[in-house]
Amino acid sequence: MPRKLRADVVVIGGGPAGMAAALGAKEGGAKDVFLLERGNELGGILNQCIHPGFGVQLFREELTGPEYAGVFTERLSSSGVEVMTSTLVCEVKKDGRVKAVNRSGVWEFVARSVVMAMGCRERTRDMLRIPGTRPAGVLTAGLVQYLVNVEGLLPGREVVILGSGDIGLIVARRLELEGVHVKAVVEIRDSLSGLVRNYVQCLLDFDIPIFFSHTVTGIQGEGRVEAVEISRVDEDWRPVSATAYWMECDALLLSVGLIPENELSRRMGIPLYPESGGPYIDENGATELPNIYACGNVSSVFDLVDYVSMVSERTGRAAASTAARRPVAFTLERGEGVGMVVPQRIRERGEGDIFFRPARSVRDGSVQFRMGEKIIFENTMPVCRPSEMVRIPSKKVSWPGETGKVRVEIHGEPIRGI
Amino acid sequence: MENQFEESDDIICTACPMGCHTVVRRENSSYHVRGAQCPRGERYVKVEATDPRRVVATTVKVRNGSIRRLPVKTSLPFPRDRMRELVHSLSALEVSAPVRRGETIKRNLLGEKVDLVATRDVSVQ
Ligand SMILES: Cc1cc2nc3c(=O)[nH]c(=O)nc-3n(C[C@H](O)[C@H](O)[C@H](O)COP(=O)(O)OP(=O)(O)OC[C@H]3O[C@@H](n4cnc5c(N)ncnc54)[C@H](O)[C@@H]3O)c2cc1C
Ligand code: SF4
Repeated sequence: MPRKLRADVVVIGGGPAGMAAALGAKEGGAKDVFLLERGNELGGILNQCIHPGFGVQLFREELTGPEYAGVFTERLSSSGVEVMTSTLVCEVKKDGRVKAVNRSGVWEFVARSVVMAMGCRERTRDMLRIPGTRPAGVLTAGLVQYLVNVEGLLPGREVVILGSGDIGLIVARRLELEGVHVKAVVEIRDSLSGLVRNYVQCLLDFDIPIFFSHTVTGIQGEGRVEAVEISRVDEDWRPVSATAYWMECDALLLSVGLIPENELSRRMGIPLYPESGGPYIDENGATELPNIYACGNVSSVFDLVDYVSMVSERTGRAAASTAARRPVAFTLERGEGVGMVVPQRIRERGEGDIFFRPARSVRDGSVQFRMGEKIIFENTMPVCRPSEMVRIPSKKVSWPGETGKVRVEIHGEPIRGI
Repeated sequence: MENQFEESDDIICTACPMGCHTVVRRENSSYHVRGAQCPRGERYVKVEATDPRRVVATTVKVRNGSIRRLPVKTSLPFPRDRMRELVHSLSALEVSAPVRRGETIKRNLLGEKVDLVATRDVSVQ
């Protein structure tokens, strides 16, 4: 028989999103708040991100991932939140029942509100369909980051990285510092996916070349990776076979994107937003189901942990509230030049923040929120890049009295290369 | 005497997300920056051309701790061109648990007057 516990708020996942949500729920007045984490400690992905670059927005200081996690772990220890680590949530029901397992058995929580903060996982080779043999040595970049930084293991001696996103760049530097030779970063787009700062400090500092408009079209090796085939791609990202050549290496790292971890949400029947892979949410992180909330990378992939903490605290507070939700006033949709928008629903005008990710790099950008022909927000941005989410405080938008659909657009001059 | 000058390669300013492409030109003892769009960038790029430094993050071995590797960082930015040497010099270093976040693990790294500090707590196993 599972042990039953009554709760005001149950938060699933103890990364930065879950930690901030649990704190927010307490501050919002919830009495019994549980934070459930499957790993043996709090912090989520931050524990493996040993590089500095966290907390600039929130603390005006560059912390490493473990330092940032440490600040929140300390806050939690004096907050009255019930933290349960090594506890895996295996089921969430629409009515707020949460089933979890740990060493002492099966637990069933009956929660007034549930906050999902399960983070995301990496896209893998299967999703990319690279032909060739199936040797050892093909790994995702985030997994390698874990192996190097937490376990102290190296993936190989000579590696090629597919994808120029920030995780791949940061791992490239880490490997070079440990004496591994990173032979190349191969990027299918014609511009950098990650931050320029990471390009300089992770690739240029170590003389690692980057090949734009190229991809990996084959993998060779008996038992272990021996070489990868690299080809140029045309404008539609189709490989040009005449340009193919083999590069010797003993590992291929994939840094080709993250997808929100939404098995639990899917089984619960929550509608998911195709562009982000997470549930549709409003400015408070409320999903389409009453009493079910989502925040952090499970709702859409964030690049700045500071933003994750900010929105998640708000979500925790909302989850603690017993007031009825207002009806949806606006729906936000991506328009030209925009990859995805979060939140996708606005209930209260002027509350919270709106984030969106540029679909491509542009210079002299102009951001617009449109309702039909009417512009309700406009701003200029010297540069916009897919690696940097844009944040617009909702109070800066001139929300009209009527309700409806709002399209977010970015226009500007495309940037090629760096 | 003839005018002495030197021009750097392209230096990308990373002081803000704009990422301006700049060139630093040294004439005798003064530096001129071309391509920076603001004073902050100009200052940043001059330092980058003369004494580039980075905060270095790596891990060291932990004895009898709850985890195997202790994440550490340099207390201040460290000379860029000695980063590999630094990490290599730490490969034999071993610390014993418990460790507190912020604790100094090693002083005066490679004689550069920069220390190594722990970035997380480690309890005894
Ligand atoms: C490699 C990498 C480098 C990054 N670098 C930077 C940077 O330099 N600066 C910056 O600001 N941001 C950076 N980020 C982004 C930032 O770290 C993330 O946006 C942030 O960690 C997301 O927080 P989260 O809590 O949503 O997810 P996570 O940190 O992934 O936490 C999710 C947690 O949920 C737990 N969980 C999942 N499913 C269950 C379940 N069923 N039951 C119980 N627990 C569960 C997981 O174990 C995990 O601990 C980086 C991200 C990555 C991946
Ligand atoms: S020069 Fe100024 S505007 Fe250009 S990247 Fe540097 S700080 Fe930004």
